[in-house]
Amino acid sequence: MKATSPGRPGLSDSKIWTRLQPVFTPLLTLVVIGVPLWLVVATAGKSRGEALQPDLSLPSKWQLWDNLKAVWTDGGIPAGFFGSLLVVIPSVIGVLIVGSMAAWILARRASKLTAALYALAISGIVLPPAVVTLVLLLRQLGLAGSAVGMIGVYMGIYLSTVIFFVTGFVRTIPASLEEAAQIDGAGPVKVFVRVVLPLLRPVLATATILVCLYVWNDVFYAFFVVGGRLETLPLNLFQVASAGLYLNNWHLIFAYVILMSLPLVVVFAIAQRKIISGITSGAVK
Amino acid sequence: MQTINETASGPEPESAQPVRPHRATKKASQKKPRNRVIKRTHPMWFLAPAFAILLVFFFLPTVFNFIYAFTDWSSFKAEINPVGTDNFANLASNGTLFRALRITIVYAVLVAVFQNLFGFLLAVLLERDTKINRIARVFFLIPVMMSALAVGYIFQALLKPEGSLNGLLSTLLRHDIDYAWLADPTWTIGTVAVIHAWKWMGLSMLIYLAGLKTIPSDVLEAGKIDGASRWLMFWKIRFPFLAPAITFNVATSLLGSMNGFDIVQATTEGGPARTTEILNIFIYRTFGQGLFAQATTMSLVLFLIVALMAFPVIGLLRKREQIL
Repeated sequence: MKATSPGRPGLSDSKIWTRLQPVFTPLLTLVVIGVPLWLVVATAGKSRGEALQPDLSLPSKWQLWDNLKAVWTDGGIPAGFFGSLLVVIPSVIGVLIVGSMAAWILARRASKLTAALYALAISGIVLPPAVVTLVLLLRQLGLAGSAVGMIGVYMGIYLSTVIFFVTGFVRTIPASLEEAAQIDGAGPVKVFVRVVLPLLRPVLATATILVCLYVWNDVFYAFFVVGGRLETLPLNLFQVASAGLYLNNWHLIFAYVILMSLPLVVVFAIAQRKIISGITSGAVK
Repeated sequence: MQTINETASGPEPESAQPVRPHRATKKASQKKPRNRVIKRTHPMWFLAPAFAILLVFFFLPTVFNFIYAFTDWSSFKAEINPVGTDNFANLASNGTLFRALRITIVYAVLVAVFQNLFGFLLAVLLERDTKINRIARVFFLIPVMMSALAVGYIFQALLKPEGSLNGLLSTLLRHDIDYAWLADPTWTIGTVAVIHAWKWMGLSMLIYLAGLKTIPSDVLEAGKIDGASRWLMFWKIRFPFLAPAITFNVATSLLGSMNGFDIVQATTEGGPARTTEILNIFIYRTFGQGLFAQATTMSLVLFLIVALMAFPVIGLLRKREQIL
């Protein structure tokens, strides 16, 4: 994030506030974010008996590792992880390639037709997908319950987002960069792959994160499309929790939550600077 | 603001102020020969894969939605027959339709209000680039990264009558509190909306932060020279520049929560007494019971209500951008 220059007064740099903030900000973060996260970690470290009534107290004896091992084997983490990756990776790569191809043309060709196509392409940002008939269509195509069907569904849902972000970004790139390659005799495919795609890197990074986030965490569409025939992490968490809420297995539920959330949180923590600047430059200009 | 003239011309909902004038001049210079060149350099077939996928996995199901909502499609019958508007009549007569609609809209509005309020306050609070603020920003983004289902379970544990929140409140207020946050037929919808807002407030914060940083410094300098107070500077000069961020945030939070499911499913499953049964919860439950046509009918209602809300909301917010 860009540094605020000293000549930019915010509401937050009045004198009293600059004094109070070093105390207030950590305190607020601790209460608003820290308490829920602590509940997860503390409960995941307890024995079944102690976790019956989840609270913020320290476990009398930490057994986080045992609980993680228990959900790893009983909660089907490896299968869910594999299933999630199987769906997330092709969906994200597919949606980025296909989406930026379309976005490039939609941004560069200014006609009534492309304007209409653009409006149609981004309508999915606001309009909800028709889940029920989607299932029917997948059955007719023989894709119900398969990873391919699930990938298609995610691509259909998130193409709009990608096209929206990338089209906005392409418009800020001067067309002269492409013209140089065209004069050298490069065809559209070559121009797209060699010139345009590399230029799109910042916006593609943003789109990757957003789509990964949505697809990795999705359970609603997965319920309808794969419903039990393919395991993903959120689907397995739902099963563990549905059984667990009845049995009060809070320690296992939260151990699962840790294992499931950790990959995204770690990836994000490492790449956060880039992601933050990417998201902010993509959404508001 | 300089968007006044430009925004009227384009159908695009994004507000890329620096881009527009450049586009406008390009359009004027685009005569016939340029078009022929563009056909070669930017061929239409590049659109084909994207639109093929959109057609099969988005447009076709949506069209089907308009057909199957008027049939008796279910898992109990072998064939599908048209039944006219029976599904709508049934859902309307037993009150399900209007209840679910009302709950969904209340939920969406509450989420939009809370999420933007929290996100805005956080952005103002964490605007300065100090080390503490940077770290705090990352912490507020952790819920955005987590699955909504997981967030729902965390709050279910926190908000139990004998849970931690009541425990903390009891210690603070020095008398016992055992309020059932998720079992109050009147207020639970609000509690769940706050949870939804809690999960997504980090993203709103980011976008407001970005909005605060895009304000040109000469405008701020002018305000400073004129001797505007910090408070006046903020509300009269900097706040209006947040209009595009507000548009984006309000639209995405409002329409995003119309599609909500996970948090409600994980916290209340639509209860108590179906007072938090938003449309997607109803669709999921009805589909599970094998009543496909009814679920389709509700899905169509959701589609129509979102479409009806989307255009006025976006239009209104964009108009606001122009006035300010």
